[in-house]
This record gives sequence, C-alpha cells and structure tokens, in this order.
Amino acid sequence: FVTVRPPALENPGEGVPAFFKSMGSDSPARPRQKFCGMFCPVEGSSDSKTLDFDALSMCRGKSDGRVIDRQTDISQPRKVEIRESTGKEALQNLDDKRSDRLLIKGGKIVNDDQSFCADIYMEDGVIKQIGENLIVPGGVKTIDAHGRMLMPGGIDVHTRFQMPDRGMTSADDFYQGTKAALAGGTTMIIDHVVPEPGVSLISAFEQWREWADSKSCCDYSLHVDITEWHRGIQEEMEALVKDHGVNSFLVYLAYKDIFQLTDAQVYEVFSVIRDLGAIAQVHAENGDIVAEEQRRILEQGITGPEGHVLSRPEEVEAEAVNRSVTVANQTNCPLYVTKVMSKSAADVIAQARKKGTVVYGEPITASLGTDGSHYWSKNWAKAAAYVTSPPLSPDPTTPDYLNSLLSCGDLQVTGSAHCPFNTAQRAVGKDDFSLIPEGVNGTEERMSIIWDKCVVTGKMDENQFVAVTSTNAAKIYNLYPRKGRIAVGSDADLVLWDPDFTKIISAKSHNSTVEYNIFEGTEVRGGPLVVISQGKIVLEEGNLHTTEGSGRYVARKPFPDYVYKRIKARSRLAELRGVPRGLYDGPVCEVSVTPKTMTPASSAKTSPAKQPNQPVRNLHQSGFSLSGAQVDDNIPRRNTQRIVAPPGGRANITSLG
Amino acid sequence: ADMCCLQGKSNQFASDRLLIKGGRIVNDDQSFHADIYLEDGVIKQIGDNLIVPGGVKTIEANGKMVIPGGIDIHTHFQMPYRGTTTVDDFAQGSKAALAGGTTMIVDHVIPEPGSSLMEAYDQWRQWADEKACCDYSLHVDITHWNDSIKQEVDNLIKEKGVNSFQVYMAYKDYYQMSNSELYEIFTFLAERGGIVQVHAENGEIIAEEQARMLQMGITGPEGHVLSRPEELEAEAVFRAITIASQTNCPLYVTRVMSKSAADIISQARKRGNVVFGEPITASLGTDGTHYWSKNWAKAASFVTSPPLSPDPTTPDYLNTLLSSGDLSVTGSAHCTFSVSQKAIGKDDFTQIPEGVNGVEERMTLIWDKAVTTGKMDENMFVAVTSTNAAKILNLYPRKGRIAVGSDADLVIWDTDSLRTITAKTHNSVAEYNVFEGMELRGAPLVVICQGKIVLEDGNMHVTSGVGRFIPCAPYPDYAYKRVKARKQLAVLRAVPRGMYDGPVSEFSMSRGGTPSASARTSPTKQPVRNLHQSGFSLAGPPTPDDIPIRPAGRRIVVPPGGRSNITSLS
Repeated sequence: FVTVRPPALENPGEGVPAFFKSMGSDSPARPRQKFCGMFCPVEGSSDSKTLDFDALSMCRGKSDGRVIDRQTDISQPRKVEIRESTGKEALQNLDDKRSDRLLIKGGKIVNDDQSFCADIYMEDGVIKQIGENLIVPGGVKTIDAHGRMLMPGGIDVHTRFQMPDRGMTSADDFYQGTKAALAGGTTMIIDHVVPEPGVSLISAFEQWREWADSKSCCDYSLHVDITEWHRGIQEEMEALVKDHGVNSFLVYLAYKDIFQLTDAQVYEVFSVIRDLGAIAQVHAENGDIVAEEQRRILEQGITGPEGHVLSRPEEVEAEAVNRSVTVANQTNCPLYVTKVMSKSAADVIAQARKKGTVVYGEPITASLGTDGSHYWSKNWAKAAAYVTSPPLSPDPTTPDYLNSLLSCGDLQVTGSAHCPFNTAQRAVGKDDFSLIPEGVNGTEERMSIIWDKCVVTGKMDENQFVAVTSTNAAKIYNLYPRKGRIAVGSDADLVLWDPDFTKIISAKSHNSTVEYNIFEGTEVRGGPLVVISQGKIVLEEGNLHTTEGSGRYVARKPFPDYVYKRIKARSRLAELRGVPRGLYDGPVCEVSVTPKTMTPASSAKTSPAKQPNQPVRNLHQSGFSLSGAQVDDNIPRRNTQRIVAPPGGRANITSLG
Repeated sequence: ADMCCLQGKSNQFASDRLLIKGGRIVNDDQSFHADIYLEDGVIKQIGDNLIVPGGVKTIEANGKMVIPGGIDIHTHFQMPYRGTTTVDDFAQGSKAALAGGTTMIVDHVIPEPGSSLMEAYDQWRQWADEKACCDYSLHVDITHWNDSIKQEVDNLIKEKGVNSFQVYMAYKDYYQMSNSELYEIFTFLAERGGIVQVHAENGEIIAEEQARMLQMGITGPEGHVLSRPEELEAEAVFRAITIASQTNCPLYVTRVMSKSAADIISQARKRGNVVFGEPITASLGTDGTHYWSKNWAKAASFVTSPPLSPDPTTPDYLNTLLSSGDLSVTGSAHCTFSVSQKAIGKDDFTQIPEGVNGVEERMTLIWDKAVTTGKMDENMFVAVTSTNAAKILNLYPRKGRIAVGSDADLVIWDTDSLRTITAKTHNSVAEYNVFEGMELRGAPLVVICQGKIVLEDGNMHVTSGVGRFIPCAPYPDYAYKRVKARKQLAVLRAVPRGMYDGPVSEFSMSRGGTPSASARTSPTKQPVRNLHQSGFSLAGPPTPDDIPIRPAGRRIVVPPGGRSNITSLS
C-alpha cells in the first residue's frame, strides 16, 4: 500500500532553516517527527505552557491546589478516571447508575472564542452548571479530565447515510453512520434528503425521518435537496420551513438530465429560499460540460476511475461556484457551497467573500485529507473507492491549501459528505466510470484529520478548530447556542479531546462497513478520549456504547442571525427607482410582428418569488448609488398618467441636450 | 495651417502612385523615419531617397506620424432589426470609419435563428460589396446549432474566408446557446482553426431580472442597465473561459464593458488561457450614468448590451488594461438606430433596439484617453487599434503593418488636433452621439485607403462600392501556435488494470447512469487541459509509457503489474 506520505528525506533540514520547513504547513515531503524543529511541538510542551497560563489567569482562586496533571506517556493505555458513586451516595441517588447526571472535573473548556478551566455539570442531556466548586447532587458520575480539552461535540454538516442510488443504498445506514460519527467525536450530523425527481419533498423528508428516528444514535437534522423545480415544490419548501424545521435546501448544478437545474430555475429557487429565510446550498459543477467530457473520455476508451476525475476538471467546479455566487448576489440570497474540493473553487469563494457576498464554503474530510492521485491506482477497487463529485483534485498540494483557507476563515465549516459504497456496489461501474456510485467515507475521521492537518501544524488554534468543526455549522444552521458551544443551557454534547492520541486510520479498524478507507494508512494525531452525546457517555476507553434510535431530530428555525443579519440590511437598502420622464411623443418606427427576443420570456413556470422585498446589488462593490440619484428622487413616479408638465420641463426629443 | 500639401504633378485622378515623404512610420513594434512609396494599393518601397517614377503625387508629412490604418473589428452596419435596419448602412458606416482613421471594418453577419448561415453570409456580402467604401471582412454569428449549421461553418471556413464566429450567451430563447452547445461549437471551431467570439452575459438571469424590473414599474432605459448588472457579464465571461479552456479553443470576448469582466479576462490570461478581450469605443469613452437622463431619447441612445457600466471609473480602468495588454483589441460595435427606431421601446426598455455609435470616434478617443494621458505609447496605440486585430484575424502583415507588400492603408496622424464630438458634425446618420460634447485630442490628418487619399484637409473623397472583401484564413498563428502546442502535449491515458472480477451489486438503470448528452454527437477532437495551471502530469504518474492500453473487451489473463486482487486492502 502506498501511503499518502512519500518516504522521508534523508536530511530534512538540508539547505533550509528548520523553522521554514515546518512552519504552518504539513508538507508531505517532510518526515513526521516527534521532536523536530522549534515550531514542532515537543511532546507535551505547548500544552503545559498554555495550561499554565490558563491556570494563572482563569483558574485563579482554585483553593484545592489540585495539580492539573497531563498524561504524557502515550505508550500507556489512555484512561480517564470515571468514578461511579458507591455506597451511601448510591443510596441517596434514587436513580440507578444509568443516571443522566454527569460531572466533568478539571477540564479545559474550549469554545470558538476562548478557552478556560472549569467544571461542568450536566443533567437530562443539558449543561446545567459551569464553574468552580459546583454544588451538585450526590451520586453523580464524575469524569476527571486532568486538564484535557473539553470541546463542543462536532457537527458533521454533510452526510448521506442510507442514501438510495439506483436501487442500491449507501453502505452505512443511520445506525452505522452515526456510530462512526460518534467514534470520531461528532455528536450531531445533518443528512441530505434526496427526493427522486417526481417524488414529493415532504414524503421524501418523512421517509428520511423514519429511517433516522429508528436508527440514529446521535442527534440529527436534515437538509432537503431540490432535484426539480415547479410551483408545487415551492409550496412544499414553505411547508418544510414552517412545519418541519428545515432551513437549508441544496440545488444541483451538475447531474445533467437528472438533478440539474438551469440558471433561471436556480434564480427562482434562490429567490424563494431568501424569502423563506433559509440557506441555499449548491452542488457546484457545470453538469453540461461534465456530460460532454464524460462522453469524450469514454470515447477514448478510458473507462476506469481515472476517467471520473479527467471528465470533471477543477475549472468546471470553479466555474459553477462563480455562477452560483453571481445568482446568489442577484437574488440577495445566502449561499453555501458544499464539497469544496479544489484550490480554484476555494479561491472563488474567498474572492467573493472579500467582495462582500454572503457565501460559505464547506471542504470535506476527503478534500482536506487526501488527493486524487489514487484515481490512477492499479487496484480498480481502491481507485473506485475515491470516486466522489466534485472529484478529489489530482494536485497533491490541494489538501494543504484548503486547510490553510479553512484556518484563515475563508472556508468556514467542514462536513464529511460521508456516502460510502462497498466494492460490489462500486463495481456497477466496472466498465464505465460514469456509473460508479459516488461518495467517500469521512465522518469518523473528520475531526482527527483536521486536528492533525491544521492544529498540529500550527495553522489554527484549538478555538478555530472548534469553530470549523462545530460552532460555525451551528451558527449557519441556527442551532447555536444549543449546539456548537459549551454553555449553561446548551445540549450536553461534549468531547474530551486528546491531542496526543495517535492512530493509523485503517479500514480494518474503522466503524464504517465498507472495505476501503480513503485515508488508509494515514497517521493522525489527536482524537476523542471521551464522547458525551445527549448527556450520556458513548465513548470511553475506546469502547462505544451507542443506542440505536436514541438520536433526536433537531428542528431548525429560518432566518439564522449569523447569515441573515446582513441579508436583511441589504434588502432594506436598495430600492430601485424608475426615472420620472415626460412621455415620449416623437415618431415611433414601425416594426414587423416577428417577436424579437427581448421580451423576457421567463420559463413557463412563473417565477414564484416576486415580492416587494427585493434583492439588491452588492453595494460593497462600488461607491456609486445604483438608484441613480437624481435631484428629484423624492417625486413619485406615475405610471399611467400623462404628465403635462413633467419635472424638469418637457423633454424635447430632438434637442441634443 | 495645414502642413501637408499635395504636389500632384500629373493626372491626379488616375494615378495610384503616391509618395509620402518625411513621415515617422509607427508600427506596433517600433517607430522610424522613412518615406513610403505606394502603387496599386500596395506599399512598394520604404526607405530614404527612394527612386520613384516621375509624376507621382507626393505628400509631405513633415515629421508627422504615419500609422497603419485602423481596423474596427466589430461593426453592425445595415443590420436588420424587426423589419427595419440600422440607420448607418455600409456606405455611411464605412465613410464614418474612414473619417476617423479606420481603413478596414469587420462586420457581423447575423442569421435569423433557423435560417442558413450561408444565405445570410451571401446577403451581407452583397450589401457590403455594393456600398462599402473601405475594405471589410465578416464575422458570422452562430444563432442556432445543429449538424447542417456545422456543415455550413465548415464551408465558410474552407471556401468563404471566414475564420471567426460569434456565439451568444444572452438573448434567452432567441440567440442564446446552452453550455453543451457552446462546448460543441468550441470543440468544432478549435478543430477547424476558427476563433470563437462570445457575447458574454447570462441570459437566463437577465430574463428573470427584466421581468422583475418591469413588474416594479421600471420601464425606461435605466431598467436596461438595472436588469443587466456587470456581475452577469463577468459570470458569463468566466464560464466562456472555462469552456474554452476545456476544449482548448482560442476565445475572443466581444464588448468588454465592465471592470469585473475585464478582470476575469486578465486573470485568465495570467493563468495561460488563450483569450482576447475587446473593449469598445463606448466602454472606453463614456459610462452608464446617462441611462438616468431625463431625456428619454438621449438615455435610449446609450442602450447597448452588455450595458455601459454606471460606475464612472470604468472607462479609465478599461483604458489601463488596454494599455497593459490585458485587453487586446478595440472595436466600436457601431450599431446605430434613429430615435424613432429606439422609440419602439418607449414603454418597455426590453424592446429598445440595442446599439451605440463609435466607429468614427474610436481612434481619436483611444488616443485621447490612453496616449495623451501617458497610459500607452504610440506603438501600443497601433497595436490595439490595428495590428492585434489583424493578427487575430490572420490578416497580418497584409493589414495592420506598414511594410513593403502590405496594403496601402495608412493614416497620417495629427497629435495636436483638438475637436469636439457632436452629432451635428459626425458622419453617422443617427441623431445622437454617445460622446456628445467631448473634447478629444488627436485625429487623422490624411487617410489613405487602398492607396488612395480619402481624407485630406477635412474633406472626404470616398467611393461607395470600392471596398473589397478580405478573406481570413483559419489557424491564425497569433492564437493557434499555443493551442497547437498544447494539443500535442496532452494525451489522456487509461490505467491498465486487471478486469474486476468480484461481485457486482444489482442496480436499476432508472436514473443516473450514462450521462445522456444532447443527441448531436460531439466531434471526437481532443481538447486538452491547460497545462499551464499545474505542475503535475495529467497522464498520471503511475502509468509507464510503454505499457499499451488494454484493448477494450479483451480479457487479459496476466495483466501488467500482476493480477489485481480486489479484496486486498492494499
């Protein structure tokens, strides 16, 4: 097996100062070392420094003199101390030992804005108290965190568990998938409902609810994909937003003749989404070009998985991202780009954000952790395991680049797009790459990969890590602060994170059911030690205690502040105005009846979203007023009435003024 | 005050022989002092102390600049529009061109959707041959796409001297092409050595925005620009570049009207795409604030697509990019309608016929905005007004250069002339001039077309019908050298693998499946990815060059590299 990392250089520091070599990057050419240059963390060194500081500033007044003691020797089995109440205490506690009450002592709480030391007390799946010397009932199960980081459970914003595809179903169902998620420190997933074109959105939604309610082990929510467009769909979207707690819809610019919508349809969908206060998600690839390229590649006799990436070059992704940004700007609709897989797509998003567009980019575990060189693997089954759309970029520097943009905030959230198929299912496309079912694994690996690629390398700090794995997702989808934050009143979804934990990812040990893991052989540092979901310990000492069907559906309200504050302000800003003019009374040329194009022949389905609350152009971009400020802007325009003496005098059409 | 004087010694009218003495010849690469001797419409000699026959008409240039005549690469003379035609026909239009120092125009043939390209081409040839006063050439617009059009395009390239074709991304349900059609057209033209021109605006979104504007009660010309924001132009340019890059086809963007569209082009050029941008006189000289004019007729006279940007800093920005070489050529998109024609859309801006003037003002305006301001030098001026256009159309060095053997299309340029543009004095028939009142420096003093003096002392001596059609050959080096090299570079290779012999899931073909492309088959030409963009080889490093691709359908018992075992995890 060829691992992602090429063999180590003989002399890694040769010719280049050590600090340049290791600073802020995870260059594959650099050997992984436990003790290397000055910017590589010596075992435990950074931790004790930051902890000491925290202990001085945040934990002042701690009277018990408890020494925060880190477990530094990773050769010993990882342990946390979980004490059950015993004896008398147990008697006082009427509940059995399955009590929902849980106390975490001595942890360093890491939110997206700050880290501090405090204890946490949870009850009934909710965080009840945070602070020092908490007064808690007797008989409470206690976890001693020993100063380790305690962060909000991850939110995987993009999964496709149990997804139907041409009579098959993706290999991990909601049970298997959520179990894998929990094993990786993710305590909430948001799955995509994919209605077959022609099927009602609501009934598809209810189908997914049924599947997930019966099997999911962690809380979940649902995005709904718009796979066709007509007026009925609009009504269903309204119902989903108002009655079913859905606030995000995905449109496809790819999959020609199946899911793909035209630009005009996308415009109309976005207008509806904006009026409903939801988030427009987009699968950005130019499906027309992809279809042409697929045919060309097949014609050339290229039928293997390498054809998948050859027929979907990254430009095609960047083009579609650019187009959807344009439509979103026109409709003043917030945009969310799923599966950012290439440098150029990420660049387009970063540029659009600089211009003021409300757009979010979601790289996935696969694009952050591996690249598309594997499509050329001699092992068909291995190559096929990487097939997903947009494809992984064959450019091996892509993951590093995307991690950098994620760290600087140009990309905001991470999902996994977890949708694996087993080899027999993939083999449907053994003679034609365009038939290979698409999707890769990643829900279990997501947090560890990001920690390893971003935090260990110094690209981001622990707070930014929480932001991109959890908080930003909660904010965008209006789950904040119930999810995505450790605060009193928030859900008790927590992860005790061990930055020293190392493991080698392998299909042999992962929780997914598929035979291949696209990160096979990757060594990652950082992993969850204890995972608490709904106030219950679901992972400890490497053992999972999940309960099928315990996951709740989390409804989401429209108009998330994080997204819509700006949108609302902009829609108030720009009201377009006509220019009041005298009626033109000069000669008019005769025209033949042949209708020229110019009548805006909109699609037969009338545009559903025509409300006075209109989108505006992005006024960030230029300093002039689009309403064409005129001195008499305050004079109301009369539509039908002929103005005998128009303001500014009668317009004389023959004058050259 | 006129420093040029004619010294015709023999029969002034019959003689085609002309000597220009004491001029400073300005080409796109250098300037130098030399005399020029013209005969039979061709430059015969360049140098000092030329030996010329007696009785030659002589022009004393007195050190003034002699430049190659301008080439206006984009005009719409005599364009039919719903039963009427644009007011400037080929006679009037080419006269205006000559008055401004432009000695060749390239007009657009616009066939009605559904009609034959060839018939439309013949029609335009007939109109132009009858009336044009200067040499001309033709672009043909592809307004619909099917196999017979493909055949006609092929014939036009091979037999009719057309090498450039325009497609529209706007005008929904009329001229607009889908992405798949664009892909097919680009692929086809790349194979035939043609230049793809594109009218870049997202017609789908425009249609939606137009409906919205009208619903809001905005019916005047300001609705035109409000419904076509510059982002839509930039989006379409981006998309066209993506498709051109996929199909390895040279791209030419007509009418660059906004900063953002120009930015996309310059970014693409930096990435190595073969793309040329054409700002027009109007976008270089004026802006879209006039759409809000109280005078309806004036506002309507600015209506063109993509619209002039309401951002008043746009012209300066475009001039800068033109000077830096990010934009390559300039046209006028001269397409003038009278006020009564524009008034067809008096109650609905979407009905206003589109087009502005600019063929006469083009060279003067660029001189004033770009050369007198120090953005570009005189050589660059020649490049953007003439030479680059000639290179792109494969007319170089017959046009676009002062050299022995080139056509005798010359302009003696007066850098000191100062005049005010006004509809009262311009050569167009239109009542409005979008540059009304502008004071511009620099103008032609003498214009020589086909070896004859057509402008001197402010007097024009044009002859309708003398203009010749200049055929353009395919595969212009300027655009295709790089394209050809890239084509040779990238051959995609399949990975030789053992046949998969494991279990296969049951599945239904109800959906997904083979991407059903449009019925028209795509030509099998192989465009390549732009290898400028990344350092890795697309052929895939693990494939040794000597291993042949397994013939499809034949099972290999011992595949190269050993039998692959699908159940192993490595």
